[in-house]
Amino acid sequence: MKNRSLVSITDYNQEEMLQILDLAAEFEKKPNQDILGGHVVATLFFEPSTRTRLSFESAVNRLRGRVIGFSDSSSSSVSKGETLKDTILTVSNYSDLIVMRHPLEGSAKYASEVSPVPIINAGDGAHQHPTQTLLDMYSIRKTQGRLENLKICMVGDLKYGRTVHSLLIAMADFHPIFIFIAPEELKMPEEYKSLLDRKGVEYYEYKDIGDNMDDADIVYMTRVQKERFSDPLEYEKVKNVYILRNAMLGNTKPNMKILHPLPRVNEINYDVDTNPKAYYFQQAQNGVYTRMAIISKILGVK
Amino acid sequence: METKKELKVNAIRNGTVIDHIPSSSLFSVINILGLNKIGQQVTFGFNLESKKLGKKAIIKVADIFFKDEEINKISLVAPDAKLNIIRDYEVIEKRVVIIPDEITGIAKCMNPKCISNHEQMTAHFTVVEKKPVALKCRYCEKITDQDHLEIH
Ligand SMILES: [Zn+2]
Repeated sequence: MKNRSLVSITDYNQEEMLQILDLAAEFEKKPNQDILGGHVVATLFFEPSTRTRLSFESAVNRLRGRVIGFSDSSSSSVSKGETLKDTILTVSNYSDLIVMRHPLEGSAKYASEVSPVPIINAGDGAHQHPTQTLLDMYSIRKTQGRLENLKICMVGDLKYGRTVHSLLIAMADFHPIFIFIAPEELKMPEEYKSLLDRKGVEYYEYKDIGDNMDDADIVYMTRVQKERFSDPLEYEKVKNVYILRNAMLGNTKPNMKILHPLPRVNEINYDVDTNPKAYYFQQAQNGVYTRMAIISKILGVK
Repeated sequence: METKKELKVNAIRNGTVIDHIPSSSLFSVINILGLNKIGQQVTFGFNLESKKLGKKAIIKVADIFFKDEEINKISLVAPDAKLNIIRDYEVIEKRVVIIPDEITGIAKCMNPKCISNHEQMTAHFTVVEKKPVALKCRYCEKITDQDHLEIH
């Protein structure tokens, strides 16, 4: 993995994913280590995402590396019309690794082709966000003790939600059973279902939560956004159907954990937060350990 | 032999005749092959009758013999094109065009949010379907199908 860019979750094979998860577990035990001394990591956020940026910067800081970058393109030369290529070539002179988030799809792939230093994709539009997938996998393995043979329930926007697509691709080789709960307009796209068919993975589709998540080990919640609906009436009809409330968790499995990529809007009611099955804030913390592992592997210090 | 008669009218001594181009693709073919930038004699016919294509176009290029990878670029806009290679007024070879597995440049990704439509860069595609053609963008991984294919 040394010196290789991480643009898409498919850039890592299963063994490499497991290496990242193992190393992340080591960092969780000992989060402050002096191993990135002398390394500079650039965080280029062409669109703001405070949560993701802070997670990466916390990971570098805990390992005693240094961070440079910008948090929003309006405060950088990009707003003066500089091309992505020029920005990347310039910043690669100042850093050993570039973490980038960009609103355009495929931007990280292109950056990785022109950049002399490795690139970590921290989100390119609706396309890919591989470090989110690895931290989701870390959270699943940590809470369930394994990745194999789990029942994973995905709820909400399964059409446009890039996190659920990448997680599906990554988990498909660990013999899962998937339960998809989404409104008609936001159903899991055919291409992902046919991928599961080819791999012989079982999946079930439902339109409401009801008791359909009762035997799940993981419930992965996503936002249902108004702007995804062509007909605003349709949104009004479904907007309250995909909200998780504490009262709905009574018959779920004791080991079940609720994940969410955050930030949430209203899809998980606040009364769920104190339920031990709520795991989304710990999940965000796991993001720091996972990113420590990814950065260390790419910079070759672990 | 209709084609033979036609060839005699604008006969070229040496060169290439590209036949069975859909009329609507004539100028794309000229652009893709850069025929508007060469010094050799180029003649073309437009809106000619064709049983197969309705209206077809034909291009005759004197003294130019295309390499496979060059001529295959026109397959996206003229998949049924046929080539006659001419030496001394005689057809010495007939060739067809083949859609390559990879396309560099030429086509435009149909995803408006794709980086390749915003940055000065070369588009790259994998051909995932040949008839009708479907191209997968190397960058955003979205599929551009025949109906949305734009050639430049
Ligand atoms: Zn594209």
